[in-house]
Amino acid sequence: MNVPTSYVVGLSALLFTLGVIGVLVRRNAIVVFMSVELMLNAGNLAFIAFARASQSLGGQVFVFFTIAVAAAEVAVGLALIVTIFKAKHSIDIDQMSSLKG
Amino acid sequence: MTPDLILFLTLAAVAVATAVGMLASRNAVYSVLFLVMNFITVAVLYLLLNAAFIAMVQVTVYAGAIMVLFLFVVMLLGAERSAGDERLRWQRPAAAVLGLTLLGETGYVLFAGATTSGGLPGAVVGDFGSPAAVGLMLFNDYLVPIEVASLLLLVAMVGAIVLSRDDRKKAR
Amino acid sequence: MPLREVAAGVGLFGSAAWIIAFPVLGLVLNLVLGRRLGERFTGVVASGAVALSFGIAVLQFLALRAAPEGARVMVADWIAIGSLSVPWALKIDTLSVTMMLMVTGVSTLIHIYAAGYMHDDVRFQGDPGRYTRFFVYFNLFVACMMILVTGDSFLTLFVGWEGVGLCSYLLIGFWYEKGAGGIGNALAGKKAFITNRIGDFGFLIAMFLAFWAFGSLRFDEVFQRAEEAGPAAVGVITGITLFLLLGAAGKSAQLPLVVWLPDAMAGPTPVSALIHAATMVTAGVYMIVRNHVLFDLAPFSSNAVTWVGGLTALFAATVAVGQYDIKKVLAYSTISQLGFMVAAAGLGAYVAAMFHLLTHAFFKALLFLSAGSVIQGVEKGHQHAGEHAAGPDRHEAPFDPNDMRTMGGLRRRMPVTFWVYLIGALALAGIPPLAGFFSKDEILAEASRIHPAVYGLLTAAAFLTAFYMGRQIWLVFFGSPRSAPSAHAEESRLVVTGPLVALAGLAILGGALNLPGLPALASWLGRTLGEAEAAAFNPLVALVSILLALVAIAAAWLLYGRRPLAEGEADPLRRLLGPVFVGIQNKWWIDEFYDWLVVRRYVRLAAFLAEVIDGRFWHDWFHDTLMARSFRMGTRWLAEAFDLRVIDGAANGLADLIKAAAGRLHRLQTGFVRNYALALFLGAVGLLAYFLLQR
Repeated sequence: MNVPTSYVVGLSALLFTLGVIGVLVRRNAIVVFMSVELMLNAGNLAFIAFARASQSLGGQVFVFFTIAVAAAEVAVGLALIVTIFKAKHSIDIDQMSSLKG
Repeated sequence: MTPDLILFLTLAAVAVATAVGMLASRNAVYSVLFLVMNFITVAVLYLLLNAAFIAMVQVTVYAGAIMVLFLFVVMLLGAERSAGDERLRWQRPAAAVLGLTLLGETGYVLFAGATTSGGLPGAVVGDFGSPAAVGLMLFNDYLVPIEVASLLLLVAMVGAIVLSRDDRKKAR
Repeated sequence: MPLREVAAGVGLFGSAAWIIAFPVLGLVLNLVLGRRLGERFTGVVASGAVALSFGIAVLQFLALRAAPEGARVMVADWIAIGSLSVPWALKIDTLSVTMMLMVTGVSTLIHIYAAGYMHDDVRFQGDPGRYTRFFVYFNLFVACMMILVTGDSFLTLFVGWEGVGLCSYLLIGFWYEKGAGGIGNALAGKKAFITNRIGDFGFLIAMFLAFWAFGSLRFDEVFQRAEEAGPAAVGVITGITLFLLLGAAGKSAQLPLVVWLPDAMAGPTPVSALIHAATMVTAGVYMIVRNHVLFDLAPFSSNAVTWVGGLTALFAATVAVGQYDIKKVLAYSTISQLGFMVAAAGLGAYVAAMFHLLTHAFFKALLFLSAGSVIQGVEKGHQHAGEHAAGPDRHEAPFDPNDMRTMGGLRRRMPVTFWVYLIGALALAGIPPLAGFFSKDEILAEASRIHPAVYGLLTAAAFLTAFYMGRQIWLVFFGSPRSAPSAHAEESRLVVTGPLVALAGLAILGGALNLPGLPALASWLGRTLGEAEAAAFNPLVALVSILLALVAIAAAWLLYGRRPLAEGEADPLRRLLGPVFVGIQNKWWIDEFYDWLVVRRYVRLAAFLAEVIDGRFWHDWFHDTLMARSFRMGTRWLAEAFDLRVIDGAANGLADLIKAAAGRLHRLQTGFVRNYALALFLGAVGLLAYFLLQR
C-alpha cells in the first residue's frame, strides 16, 4: 500500500492518544486495562509501518514479541483484578486509594 | 487521492471510531467488543502493510485470546455499570489538554519537522512479511528472545494460577 | 695560689662535702621521724649532726696542716652557660676552716643547750609539738652557714647567704602567733628579712659587676684578674666593694641597716645566741675578709668600711647603755662589737677582725645563753610565785621575764649562771687575760696606727661597753630581788649549764689564739690572706684600754652597785643624762626615722598600688566594667539575639518550612491511580516538548 509512512504513524499516534485518554478518564479497572492494550497496539502499528518503510523485518519480529508479552501481561493483570475484586468487591480504581498520603 | 489512500483512510476512520466507542461506552462488554473490532481493523492494516504473519498473529492472539479473556473477566465480575460520583473533577479536562498536546507534538514531529517520514515507502522485496521470512528471522537471529518469551509465558501462567487460587482451600 | 682540685670523697679534703651533708641529714631525719620519736631523739640527732660536722671541720684542719695552701673540692656541676661556669665547689683554706671550726663548735654547744632550753620554752609558750620544728630549722641554718663559709664563688656563697637569712626569719618568728599584739614576733621576722634583703640586693649588684668586669664568679679568678687589671679597674672595684659593703651591712647589722637585730631578739634565746651573735651576723665580716683582695685595691671603699664600722660601734654602744631588756643590751652590744670587726676589716687588719670574730663568738654566745638561763630561771620563779601566792598577786600586769628591772640578787639563786655570765661580761669588757682583751686590743692598736679618728670612736665604744656590762651585772645579779619571780628564781639544769661552762672556758682561753708573742692565728690565716705584717703590740694602747675599762666598771658600780636599784625605782642615769638618756632609751629614734623616711611612704605607695591601681582601676574598672561587662554583653547578645533568634530561628524555621512544604506536598499523594497516571503522562509530554523545543 503506498501510503506515506507518516500517515500511518499519525494514525498510530492518534490511537495512542486515545488510549492515554482512556487510562486517565475511565474508572473501570478493566476498561483502563483495555486502554493500555490499545496503547500497545498503537505502538505495534508504528513498528509495522517503519518495518515496511525500511524494508526490515526486525520491526515485525518486535511486534511478535510485544504481542507475546501483552498476552502474558493480560493474564497476570486480570488475575490481579480478580483478586482485588475478591478483596474489595469493586473494580472502581478510585476506590483503591489506600496509598493516599 | 489514490485508492490506497482512500482504503487507508477508511480503515483509519473505523479504527478511530471503534477506539472512541470503547472509551465512551458505559457498558464494559460493549467496550470489549469495540476493542475487538479495533484490533481486527488494525490487523487489516497490517495486511496492507505487508505484515501478513503479524496480522494473523494479531487476530489469533490479540483479538482471539486476549480479548476473550477480557470478556471472561468482565462476565465474571459483572461490572457492566460503573457507579458513584466523579471525584476527580479535573481529570477529564486535564486529560483532554494532555491528549491534545500530545497530538500536537506528534503532528509537529511528523509533518512539520525536518524528518524524512514524508516519503512514500518503496516497493517490497519478495516475501517480505510472510510467515516463512519472519520464522526464519525469528529462529536464526532472535532465538534467545523466543526462549525468553516462552519462559515469560510460563511465569505468567504460574502467576495467574497463584494469584487466582482460592485461599479458603489452603486453610484446610 | 693555685689550689689543688680535689674530687669530693677523695682523701681528707674530699670529706669536706660531709660538713654540709650531716646537718641536712639531721634535719631530714628530724623532719620525718622527729615528732614520732620524741624530744630526746630530736635533740640527740640535731646535736649529733652538728657534732659530726665539727668532726669533719677538724679533719679539714688536720688536712690543712699537711697542705697549708688548701684545696678546692668539686662536688657537682651546677651552672655552665656560655662563659659563665659556676660548679658546686668547696674552697677549703685556712680562712674557711677557721669559720667552719668556730661555727660547728659553737653550734654543737648551743644545740645541746637548746635541747634543754627548748624543752622548757615550748611548755612555757604552750605548744610542746613545736620542739621538732625548732631543730629542723636549726640544722638547716648550720647547713646553710656551711655552704656560705665553704663557697668557692660569689654565687655559692650567696646561696648560703640567702639560706641563713631565711633560717633567721623562720627562727625569729618561731613563736609567730606571740609577741606584741599577737603578731609582734612575725613582724620582727619580717623586718629582719626585708632589711637583710636590702643588703642582699647590694651583694647581687656586686656579683653582677664582678662578672661584668672580670668575666667570672669564682673568687680566685676574680681576685687574680682584679690584680692584673691594676689601676684601670679601680672604679669598678670600688663599685663592687661598696655594694659588698651594703651586703655586709645588711647581714651584720651595721649602719644604716642596723634596725633588724634588736627586734630579732623576739626569737628564742638559742637563736639569738647562735645566729645573731656568733655566726650569721659574722658572715658579713667573713665576706669582707674573703674579698680582701678587692678591698685592698679600693682604698675608698676600705675607708668607707672603717667609718661604717666605727660609727656603728659607737652608736650601738650608746643605745645599749639605756636598755632594760637583758637581751636587747646584748643585741646592741653585738652590733657594737660587729662594728669593731668591720672597722678592723676596713683598716686592713683582717687577722684582727677574724680574731675578734672568734673571741666574740665565744663570749657573746656565752652571754646570750646565760641570759637565756636567767630568763628561764625567772620564768620558773614566776610559775612558783604564782603557785604560792593567792588573790591579789594573780591580778598583776603581764610579766616580762626579760626585764632587768624586775630582776636582782640572782647570784644567790643562780650561782653557776652568775659566774659564767661574769666571765663573759669581763671578756666583753676587755679585761685581761680573758679572750676579749687580746682581740679588741689588737683592733685598737691597728686603729691607732692607721686611722686615729676611728680609734677615738672605737675607744669610746669600748668604754661604754665596759660600762653597760657592769650595769647589767649589778642590775641582774646583785642587790635584792625586785619582784616575786626573781625571788623564786631557779638555776637551770645541767644540759643547759654544761655548754655555758664550756663556753666560759673558751672565753677564758681564747686569747691564746693570737697572743702578742705567739701570733698563731696570724700565721695560720696568713696562708690564705697573704703574709700581712704582724700587728705590733702597742703597750700604750693596751694600758689605755684596760684603764678605761676599769674606770667604766667603777662608774657602773657607783651608779648601780653601791646602792642597788630598788623595786620600781627609775634608772639613775635618767637623772644624770636627762634628755640624752631619753634619746638612748629610744635608740635615737632610728626606727621612727626610717618609718617616716621610707616605711610610711612605701606603705602608702603599696596601699595606693593595691587599692587604686590594682583594686579600683585594674580590677573594678578594667576587669569588671570593661572586660567582664563587655564580655557579658557580648555573650548575652550572642545567646539571646544571635543564638535564640538567628540560629534557633534558622533551625526552627527550616523545620517549619519543611513541615509546611510537606503539608502542601502530601496532597499530591491522592491515592488515586488516575492522578498518578496523569502525572506520568504529563511528564512524558513535557519531556517530548522539551526535546522538540531543543531542536
